[in-house]
Amino acid sequence: MTIPPERPAVASPQGAPPAARQSQPRGGPPGGRRSADMNGDGSILEVRGLTIALPAGGDRRSAVHEVSFEVGRGEIVCLVGESGSGKSVIAQAVMGLLPRLLPVTGGRIVLQGEDITHAGAVRLRQLRATRMSMIFQEPMTALNPVMTCGDQIDEVLQQHTPLSAPQRRQKVLDIVREVLLPEPERMVASYPHQLSGGQRQRIMIAMALVLDPVLLIADEPTTALDVTTQAQILHLILQLQRRHGTGVLFITHDFGVVAEIAHRVAVLRLGELVELGPKAEVLQRPQHAYTQMLMASVPTLRVDARPLDAQAPVVLRVRGLDKTYDDRRWFGQRRTVRAVKDVNLEIRRGQTLGIVGESGSGKSTVARCIVRLIDPSGGAVELNGDDIAHLPARRLRPLRRRVQIVFQDPYRSLNPRRTVAEALVEGPVNYGLARASALQRARALLEMVRMDASAMERYPHQFSGGQRQRICIARALMMEPELLVADEAVSALDVSVQAQVLSLFGEIRRRLDLAMLFITHDLRVASQVCDTLAVMSRGEVVESGPAHQVFGNPQHGYTRALFAAAPGRDFAFASTPGRDVTSGAAPS
Amino acid sequence: MNDSARFEQLSIESASIAAPPPSAWARVRRNLSVRIGTCVLGVLVLIALLAPWLGTVDPSLFDPASRDLLPGQRGEITTLDGETIEHRFWMGSDSFGRDIHSRVIYGTRVSLIVGVATAAVALAFGVVLGLVAGTLRRLDGPLMRVMDGVMAIPAILIAIALVAMWRGSLPTVVVAIAIPEIPRVTRLVRSLVLSIREEPYVEAAISLGTPTALIMWRHILPNCIAPLVVQGTFICASGILTEAILSFLGVGLPPDIPTWGNVMAEGRAQFTQYPHNIFFPGIFLAVTVLAVNILGDGLRDTLDPKMARRV
Repeated sequence: MTIPPERPAVASPQGAPPAARQSQPRGGPPGGRRSADMNGDGSILEVRGLTIALPAGGDRRSAVHEVSFEVGRGEIVCLVGESGSGKSVIAQAVMGLLPRLLPVTGGRIVLQGEDITHAGAVRLRQLRATRMSMIFQEPMTALNPVMTCGDQIDEVLQQHTPLSAPQRRQKVLDIVREVLLPEPERMVASYPHQLSGGQRQRIMIAMALVLDPVLLIADEPTTALDVTTQAQILHLILQLQRRHGTGVLFITHDFGVVAEIAHRVAVLRLGELVELGPKAEVLQRPQHAYTQMLMASVPTLRVDARPLDAQAPVVLRVRGLDKTYDDRRWFGQRRTVRAVKDVNLEIRRGQTLGIVGESGSGKSTVARCIVRLIDPSGGAVELNGDDIAHLPARRLRPLRRRVQIVFQDPYRSLNPRRTVAEALVEGPVNYGLARASALQRARALLEMVRMDASAMERYPHQFSGGQRQRICIARALMMEPELLVADEAVSALDVSVQAQVLSLFGEIRRRLDLAMLFITHDLRVASQVCDTLAVMSRGEVVESGPAHQVFGNPQHGYTRALFAAAPGRDFAFASTPGRDVTSGAAPS
Repeated sequence: MNDSARFEQLSIESASIAAPPPSAWARVRRNLSVRIGTCVLGVLVLIALLAPWLGTVDPSLFDPASRDLLPGQRGEITTLDGETIEHRFWMGSDSFGRDIHSRVIYGTRVSLIVGVATAAVALAFGVVLGLVAGTLRRLDGPLMRVMDGVMAIPAILIAIALVAMWRGSLPTVVVAIAIPEIPRVTRLVRSLVLSIREEPYVEAAISLGTPTALIMWRHILPNCIAPLVVQGTFICASGILTEAILSFLGVGLPPDIPTWGNVMAEGRAQFTQYPHNIFFPGIFLAVTVLAVNILGDGLRDTLDPKMARRV
C-alpha cells in the first residue's frame, strides 16, 4: 500500500482538509511505515494494511484485504462501495464487533495512538462510547424497545462516568436538546416505538455523542430514512461534528450522500481499497477504472426535455382513485385510514410516468390498485378504455395479462423452488399458449434482457440481484403487457447494476413501445427514466406534469422541499463522455 | 473495447463468480444431528424388518414353565403346534412365561408404524385445514376457534376418550393420537400461508393470472414443506410416546399385541423383583424418541432459514 506522501492535515476551520491522493493502493507493503506516534497530530484513527479473513467456502479469501486509511480530527471520511465490498466489516473491526467467523489476520487499527486491533473485551468496552461510538442503519432495532430513550442514554453515562443521577439527567436533556429534538422531557420519557424514524436516529446520535467521543462511525445511518429526514440527519451530523471536532467514518452506498458530507472518500471493491482521496478528486476526477464506472453509473438529476407524442393513445387512465383501509374490530373504535385520495393519472403508449414520494405517501398502493393486487375503494382504472377497478375476479382474469408488475426485492420475487423456465412460462400457459411456444418466447426474451439461454434450467438462488431483476422483467414481458409497472424495481440494486437495469427498462420501452409506470423514492432514478412525473404526499398527488417541468420548476411546496433535500443535488459526478444511462449503456 | 462492454466487465455483478450457496439437501447431509438420528433410526427400522431372524419366537407364545426368567437364562417355550422348544431368553421372560426379547423386537414394528402413521395423518389433515384457514378468510375465524378448543383439552385425555369409544386397534389408536396433533399443524400451516401469500412471487403469480388453487399447490405448499418435515418428526416422536402411555395405561392396543407400552404395563407389578421387564422396552422407547428428536433438531437447523443463518 502506498502511503500518502503527506498525511491529511488537521481539519481546517474551513472544512475539508487537504489530503494527498492515493490512486494505486493495490499491492504495496501493508501499513507500517508510519506508526503509532501519530497521536496528537490530528489523525485519530489509523487503519493500516487491515486484512480480515472470510470463512472457507466464501466467494473470496478475505472480506477485507490490506486496506489502509486514516481519519483525522474533525474529518469526515466516507467509505463507499457496493454491497459485499466489505465496508461494514471494517466498521465492525474498528469497534471490535467482528463475529468470530471473521478474524483480523493482518494489519493494525490504531485509535489515538493505541493499537486496538486485538484489544480485549474489557478495554474495548472502556473505549466504546467514550472514545469511539457507532450509529446504525436501522434505529428501531438498534434501540432497546423496552427501555425509554432517556434511560438508554443514561445507561451510557452510568457505565462510564461517576456522575450523580441529577447530573446525568441534566446531561441527557442537554444532549437531546443538542440533537434538536423537540420537547426534550417528553422525548426522554418516550419508548423508541413512539418516535418517528428520524427522531429515533437522533436519539441514537445523542447516545453516541453524549460522552464526546473522538471518532464516530456511522454505518448507513440515513439509508432507512426518507429523503427529507435524511437531509436533516446529515445536516445534524455535520453540525455536531464541526462543533465537537469529531472524526467521522461514514459508510454509505449513496453517492449523493457522499457528495453532501464527505471530506475524503475511500472506494472499496470486493474488499480492496481501489481509490482514496479528497471528495472532489474521487467523485469528479476518478483515476481507477472501477471508480470511473461507479461515477458514470450515478444517475444525474438533470432532466432533458424529451419530445412527447401527445397523439399517442392513452393506455392507462386513473380517475379519482381512492383506497381506504377499514380497521374493524369487535371491541373498541373503528379506525379508517385513507391511503390514497382522489388520484388521477394518465399514461400514453411509449411513455413513462414516474410516481415519486416518501414512504407512506401511497405510491405503492396506487401501483397495487392498478395491477389489482388490492381492490380500490373508489374511482376508475381504465386500461385502454376498460375499467378494471371493480371487476370481479372472474371477469378480471382475461384483462390481467395487459398489466404486469416488477417488484422491488429481486430475492423474493421469484419462487425459490421453481426454475427460471417454469417462472417464465407460467403466465402465457395460464392463458392457453402451448408450452413449447412459451419456451421459445422465453428464450427470446431472456436474450432481450441480456441473459444467457442456459439460465432457463437454473434456480433463482444461482443468480445475483441484478440478474434476478432481469428475469423478473422477462417474466412480466412474457405476457406481452400494454402497461408495465415497476414498483421500486431498481431500489434494491447497487448503483452499477441499477444503471444497467435502468438502461434495460429504457430500451424495452423503446423497442416494445410500452407504457410504463415507474414508482420510486429516488429522484435521481426518476429523472433518468420518466417522461412525466407525479409527486405524491400523504396519499395525494400534489404535483404532476412533464418531468423536465416538474424538475426544472417545481410549483408545490412539498415538491420543492423534496427536491431540495435530494443529497448531492448540485454536485456533478464524473461521467464517461458519450454515455447516457437510459439510452446507450448496453450493447444492442 | 467499447464503453458499455467495459461497464459490464467492471460491474461487480459480472465480475464476481457466482458461488451458489450449498443446497438445502447438501446442508442436511452434512449436519451431525441428522446423521446420528438417521443412523439410529436406520438400525431400528432394520430391527423391525428383520425381527423374525433376530433370535425371536412368536411374541404371543408363552410357557408357564419359563415364568420370570432373568435375562440370558435358557428355558422352554411351547409353539402353537404344541411342540416344546429350547429357547434362550435374552431379556428374560414375564410372569406368563413370554419372551421379552421377542416382544420388544416385534414391538419396534408397532412403535415405528404408529409414529410414522400418526405424523402422516396429523400432517395430512393439518395441511388441508391450514390451507383453508389461510386462504378463505371467512372460514379462518371459526376454524381456528375450533382448533383452539381442541388444543385446550389435554392430548392424552382426548386419545383415551377416542380409543374407549372405538375399541383399541392399530388404526383407531393412530387416529386417536393424531387428532390432538392436528391443531398444531393447522396453526403452523396457516401462519406459513399467511406469510408466503404476501411474498412478491405469489403476487406476481396473481398478476400472471394463475388460479388460486394452482397458486396454493405450486407456490405456497412447496415452500411450507421444510417446516412441515421438521414438525412431522416431532409429531412422530410424541406419537410413539403417547402410544406407549396409552398401552401402559391399558387403554391402547390390546395386551396380546406386543408393544413397548404393553410390555412395561405387564412388568409394572413386579418391577422391584424383575426390573428388566420395564428396563428393556424403556431403553428402546427412549432411544427411538431421542433419535427422532435429534433428527428433527438437525432438520430444523438446516431447513429453517432463520436457524440456518445463525450457523
